[in-house]
Amino acid sequence: MNVIFENFALYRDGFFKTLLICAYAMVGSLVLGTILAGFRVSPVPPLRWIGTSWVNVFRNCPLTVVLFFCAFGLPEVGINGAYFWFSITALVLYTAAFVCEAVRSGINSVPAGQAEAARAVGLTFGQSLTTIILPQAIRTVVPPLGSVIIAMIKNSAIVGAFGVGGELFAVSDTLTGSRGEAALPVLTGIVIAYLLITLPAGAFLGWLERKVAIAR
Amino acid sequence: MTASNTAPAMIRMEAVDKYFGTLHVLKDINLEVPKGQVVVVLGPSGSGKSTLCRAINRLEPINSGLIEVDGKPLPAEGKQLAQLRAEVGMVFQSFNLFAHKTIAENVSLAPLKVRKMPAAEARKTTMALLDRVGIANQADKYPAQLSGGQQQRAAIARALAMKPKVMLFDEPTSALDPEMVQEVLDVMTSLASEGMTMLVVTHEMGFARKAAHRVIFMSDGEVCEDTTPDEFFTAPKSARAKDFLGKILTH
Repeated sequence: MNVIFENFALYRDGFFKTLLICAYAMVGSLVLGTILAGFRVSPVPPLRWIGTSWVNVFRNCPLTVVLFFCAFGLPEVGINGAYFWFSITALVLYTAAFVCEAVRSGINSVPAGQAEAARAVGLTFGQSLTTIILPQAIRTVVPPLGSVIIAMIKNSAIVGAFGVGGELFAVSDTLTGSRGEAALPVLTGIVIAYLLITLPAGAFLGWLERKVAIAR
Repeated sequence: MTASNTAPAMIRMEAVDKYFGTLHVLKDINLEVPKGQVVVVLGPSGSGKSTLCRAINRLEPINSGLIEVDGKPLPAEGKQLAQLRAEVGMVFQSFNLFAHKTIAENVSLAPLKVRKMPAAEARKTTMALLDRVGIANQADKYPAQLSGGQQQRAAIARALAMKPKVMLFDEPTSALDPEMVQEVLDVMTSLASEGMTMLVVTHEMGFARKAAHRVIFMSDGEVCEDTTPDEFFTAPKSARAKDFLGKILTH
């Protein structure tokens, strides 16, 4: 296990890099996914069409392929940038589809009468969604959304294969590959690092679930 | 009660047809409700009376025909429809109070969001309305903490907060325990006596007799009778109305 302590700085930097990627991707996918869910329940058919297409494309496409498209496709259409941002873009595009469906299931769990009453007092679709429907949907959405976010954190390992240097997966690659360390202790360190992100995330979600359950 | 020909009708329906799939729920409905009239819609379940009520603020879109509120045809989905709904109060069978907001917030929400009323003024009118329906002391509770009767009175206050031109009631007492029906009917009766234009779908024959100017009896999606409460209860013309009254008035 000495390999972990001897390369502590490498592990630490990888941990923070992964954490940073996940934080950006989480915020991006939550915002985009919620907007897409709004599209999917909207009374405007073109918006519904966009939402449905998005989910069908990105939910049914391997993340690796989405990453390929972002990393090698975007530069071809004139969008250049660091692989770091391309990988976050891919994670957001992909995860937003799952966030959208989780949020939509929450929207469907709010009794239809709530939306009817909101419309009947003169609220527009956007107003009734943001002030009446989504605040109530949150309660049912937290557990499935938690699973989506934790899956996203684990999916972030794939971006290591795309030249985003220094995140956790790349650390294991460096140590086992070019330095020839034994795989088992190296990977044990990687597992611990991922758990340091996902377990607190899970605990936070549990706390959040209790909090929004009371707030009514 | 006759509609005056000079003033435009508050609600006007012309040749309205509505289908649920192959089921013809509203058949060629023609109806004019003048300002200030209280209309009670009666009929057996499945007769289309709730659909009629919900069609007036387009919670149920119709397949053909024309509906006008205060002389203006119902707009399609969008901002204008929201504006029209703001002027049409609606009270539901299952109250539909916003579950995550307090009673006071329920009442002040639409004035704040739709009418952009200043917060202080909204709070004042909210408290005045809650006082009027007799639940001012419940203002800061959540809907689930109130009895059914209190919830429905809060729902009426919520609708009144928008100063509507017309109030629609879709079976407002059907989900209530018997001892709570009267408190809701009292609020409705006082509203009727103040000259509010009302269309009330109900099974409360007492309310129909006492507060209504006009009774509309529906069966199988059609208006079978359109008359005064007195005439409807004492001398119904259609066989279906006689049959309906026979079933409910025997006890």
